[in-house]
Amino acid sequence: MGEGLGGAIDSMFNLQTWTSAIHAWLLGLVPEWAAILLECVVVALLIITLYAVFAIALIYMERKVCAFFQCRLGPNRVGKWGLLQVFSDVFKMLQKEIINMRKSDMFLHDLAPFLVVTASMLTFACLPWNKGGHIIDFNVGLFFMIAVSSIGVVGILLAGLGSNSKYPMIGSMRAGAQLISYEISIGITMLTIVALSGTMQISEIVQQQADNGWNIIRGHVPAVIAFLIYLIAGNAECNRGPFDLPEGESELTAGYHTEYSGMHFGYFYLAEYLNLFIAAGIASTIFLGGWAPLHIAGLDGFNGVMDAIPGAVWFIGKTFFVIFLLMWERWTFPRLRIDHILSLEWKYLMPLSLINLLLMALVVVFGLGINV
Amino acid sequence: MNFTLFVTTIVTGLAFVGVVWVLAKLLAPRSYNAQKEEAFECGIPTRGTAYMQFRVGYYLFAILFLMFDVETMFLFPWAVVMRSLGPAGLLSVVFFLFILILGLAYAWRKGALKWQ
Repeated sequence: MGEGLGGAIDSMFNLQTWTSAIHAWLLGLVPEWAAILLECVVVALLIITLYAVFAIALIYMERKVCAFFQCRLGPNRVGKWGLLQVFSDVFKMLQKEIINMRKSDMFLHDLAPFLVVTASMLTFACLPWNKGGHIIDFNVGLFFMIAVSSIGVVGILLAGLGSNSKYPMIGSMRAGAQLISYEISIGITMLTIVALSGTMQISEIVQQQADNGWNIIRGHVPAVIAFLIYLIAGNAECNRGPFDLPEGESELTAGYHTEYSGMHFGYFYLAEYLNLFIAAGIASTIFLGGWAPLHIAGLDGFNGVMDAIPGAVWFIGKTFFVIFLLMWERWTFPRLRIDHILSLEWKYLMPLSLINLLLMALVVVFGLGINV
Repeated sequence: MNFTLFVTTIVTGLAFVGVVWVLAKLLAPRSYNAQKEEAFECGIPTRGTAYMQFRVGYYLFAILFLMFDVETMFLFPWAVVMRSLGPAGLLSVVFFLFILILGLAYAWRKGALKWQ
């Protein structure tokens, strides 16, 4: 009974079962190209919906969390508990005029939001939502993720360059230096996990964690160090928290998006929050097990109950936990100076993460405390 | 299917920005004002262009980034097959990393990491 029920739950929660069933059903109705086209449209709508929903949820959460950290109430006038505040902001933004400057490089200025949003959407599509529930799953998954997420840096640099204004120029230069610096730490912490898992495919990494326990427990000391480094570098990658120099309001008005108005600015805002979600999503995928439920060895009843919770709930729950950690970091520390930011990365985080990679290599090669 | 979905995602991103843009253009009012088209500079009239020289520090960090990013790229394949390569592979990578860290130490010593 136990086996049969477990197997049934397993295949029910495996989205692959559902998607292949739908594919087979569509093939019976229409020719193959039409079926694939229809599926692509559905996927596109799904991406946009999730993208918008998570952006709205995160903006609301950020305001509330920030408010509670600062002993305020946060938005509480529009709708119950201020729930409709973000919606009203979006509509307000849509109604605002998109202004083009006379002296700006119009093409680059308009191209920048396309790059920023597309880059974050591509990274967004790599996240493993559920068992079999990933959109893009290359065998070089993590590598691909790093590659596409850096297109966003190009977008930010173009935003500053295309505006032909001094504040955006300085802001984008800072953003460029900061983002590429912290990308190294992010890359090396991901490398640590790739070394532990022996694969770059994201679905494979999560499957291993479902079988052998979460990476942060399985990889013990080096994985915990990598997770802490990731939390610091992740905030820097999102231009947030103590690292929000590129847009430091009091000195650069709004940094690289000073010259963007209305929805034009909205794209940057959207991408910024989605990048936060993506950074947290990657952390929960590679360290905290993605959709893998919490298992404690020996407690079969407890594990059975945990298995009954769908993978998507686990993934989103863990991601929001990491988001809360990142917000906590953001609202606790004061802003750093640009030279402090760069020396933090180059003199502390990067050497530390390289040594940590070697530590992980030692642990994996000599099998110290890893049961695989 | 992966590549189909990859292209789908790119098209989705571009279309999303485009459609919302058109929507905003339709909904938003439009007015002309010579002052509005000036670049923002705390309210005073704009002076000169923003395309000017900037601190060389950014350039140095970009060069350093190039070095270490390529290094990360080389390390990825090793990380995947680390288990089967065993101690011998680890030893060779330690040498590789040693040379790189030597490079970082040199840059550090030369003051490339200092912001002055």
